[in-house]
Amino acid sequence: MPAFLLKRLLNAAGVMLAVAFIAFLIFRFVGDPVELMLNEQASQAQRDELRARLGLDKGFVLQFATFVGNALRGDFGISYRNQQEVFTLIAERFPATFELVLVATFLSLAIGIPLGVYTAIRRDSLLAKALQFISVLGVSLPSFALGILFILVFSVTLQWLPAFGRGETVQLGWWSTGLLTTSGRKALILPGVTLSLFQITLVMRLVRAEMMETMRTEFIRFARARGLTMRSVHFRHALRNCLMPVITVTGLQIGNLIAFALVTETVFQWPGMGLLFVQAVTFVDIPVMAAYLIVVSFIFVSLNTLVDLTYAWVDPRLREDALSGAANAR
Amino acid sequence: MTAPLLSVSDLRIVFDGRHGPLTALDGVSFAIAPGEILGVVGESGAGKSLTGTAVIGLLDPPGRISGGEIRLDGQRIDNLPPEAMRKLRGRRIGAIFQDPLTSLHPLLTVGEQLVETITTHLPVSASVARTRALSLLREVGIPAAETRIDQYPHQFSGGMRQRVVIALALCAEPKLIIADEPTTALDVSIQAQITTLLKRLCREHGTAIMLVTHDMGVIAETADRVAVMYAGRIVEIGPVEEVTRRPRHPYTAGLMASIPSVHARHAQLNQIDGAMPRLNAIPDGCAFNPRCGRVQTFCRENKPGLPPGLHGAACHVPLMEPVHA
Repeated sequence: MPAFLLKRLLNAAGVMLAVAFIAFLIFRFVGDPVELMLNEQASQAQRDELRARLGLDKGFVLQFATFVGNALRGDFGISYRNQQEVFTLIAERFPATFELVLVATFLSLAIGIPLGVYTAIRRDSLLAKALQFISVLGVSLPSFALGILFILVFSVTLQWLPAFGRGETVQLGWWSTGLLTTSGRKALILPGVTLSLFQITLVMRLVRAEMMETMRTEFIRFARARGLTMRSVHFRHALRNCLMPVITVTGLQIGNLIAFALVTETVFQWPGMGLLFVQAVTFVDIPVMAAYLIVVSFIFVSLNTLVDLTYAWVDPRLREDALSGAANAR
Repeated sequence: MTAPLLSVSDLRIVFDGRHGPLTALDGVSFAIAPGEILGVVGESGAGKSLTGTAVIGLLDPPGRISGGEIRLDGQRIDNLPPEAMRKLRGRRIGAIFQDPLTSLHPLLTVGEQLVETITTHLPVSASVARTRALSLLREVGIPAAETRIDQYPHQFSGGMRQRVVIALALCAEPKLIIADEPTTALDVSIQAQITTLLKRLCREHGTAIMLVTHDMGVIAETADRVAVMYAGRIVEIGPVEEVTRRPRHPYTAGLMASIPSVHARHAQLNQIDGAMPRLNAIPDGCAFNPRCGRVQTFCRENKPGLPPGLHGAACHVPLMEPVHA
């Protein structure tokens, strides 16, 4: 197990280094930062002085090492646009995105899994067929169209829910949460549902496919032959066997949700990282773009590693330590 | 013969296909006495597993029972509502399947699977169920049951897993066990152990077994009586000794002749010419007629019935005329 853990962590570190390299290259592709920061009248001495101060006179490798070292300490430089620490900017925006993604993930599992089980075990019922049909819509409808539709119906026409923003938030240390106030929770509903709809259908279709596969296996037939209740056969025996791919997909999708929340965030003017990134792109705010890339990648990589570790928790066959390995005759 | 534990009479199973129903089981009748082991033998597709599946009520669409009846202890069970049938499965009829590697849930410990099966059928607490699970594991010959009970199926060898499967079938002391090819997936050396175990448990618990297999050797060692199936019908039924020594149906005779023997040195194994017909092409009259050496004109027209009695063959021209007293 420790060897497995170490391998996973080294893997993750390798990927992060590669991402940092790509982020570092962004700075070089968009031109000389010294030219960007000084005006045309600046003397050569001034340029050299700034170059030295920024460490740009050093070799390429040394510059990259400095970049990685700074990033490790959470120092992503200063935003070109509003002269704030990039790290502070992202830290301010992160809770908003995270809470949105959390709600969307929760909805996708809480709704997607039961629907998947239902459509699998009652696959000939009218409702199951209807759900299956609707899920095609869910997969193919772009989230910005859906978001705008929701705003039109629930905010403009019915005036039940706010059309934009996070509502009131409560500060818990550096974390600002909208979950503790009524207006905060209300503001979460529309963007949360919009973001989760694709996930719900994805989870539902995945669970349905896996359940139908599992229901055909011998161990389910044997469980039925032993007279176990259908409830237990479906939920304890069959569903458990489907959890592995659900965990994988959910884990990876959380990364996707964070990255692609920017569309939903733009539609609902949700003050999260996605909106920050979209604004950064508009103003060619490179440090923010680079930091966003690194932070999102970091979340991706962490989730992947976590998913791998969860496998071992769900599947005893991967938990194998040296002791029980010896008892395994096959 | 005492009152039968299981009696199947004129059982018909059809599969609803696109071109109308296909008859897979055509008027199968047999009985099993309490504590008796009935071997059911036949080629793949003869309908032997299907019969077992129908008895435990696990026949799934498009298959359905279209006629006949199944009685357990005199009570008709083929038309029970699903929930009543569910309660009966495991409690009064146990099942053992072919492949122990895939019969057990890979993500639940052996103990969890045993305890759940016990508490489903018997009104006992989880701790009592665990004690019972332990004694079952010991009974089926699993060493160090105290540690093994908390292990997962993948930590057991094939033979050990089949023992666990047997323990699971025995959880609620059913009076009948349907064993569908219980030794086919095992090594030859393990096969003998498992058949011996089954036989011993059957004797000790007074359990009857319907032993479905294509292996005549297993039948000869284990069963009291044997039913030979061909193309969805029972062609011969009788005590194992009788059927193996003096087969009456030409198909059974062919089957016996094709068993390799250590004593007789054949240059080539005997075989029956042709193949069993597909479900949509079963010939009129006796289903075996195109392959039969003794075929007569009426064999192609009239379906032979299985005569009553201890040993009978569904054949118009049986190999050995019954001795008239």
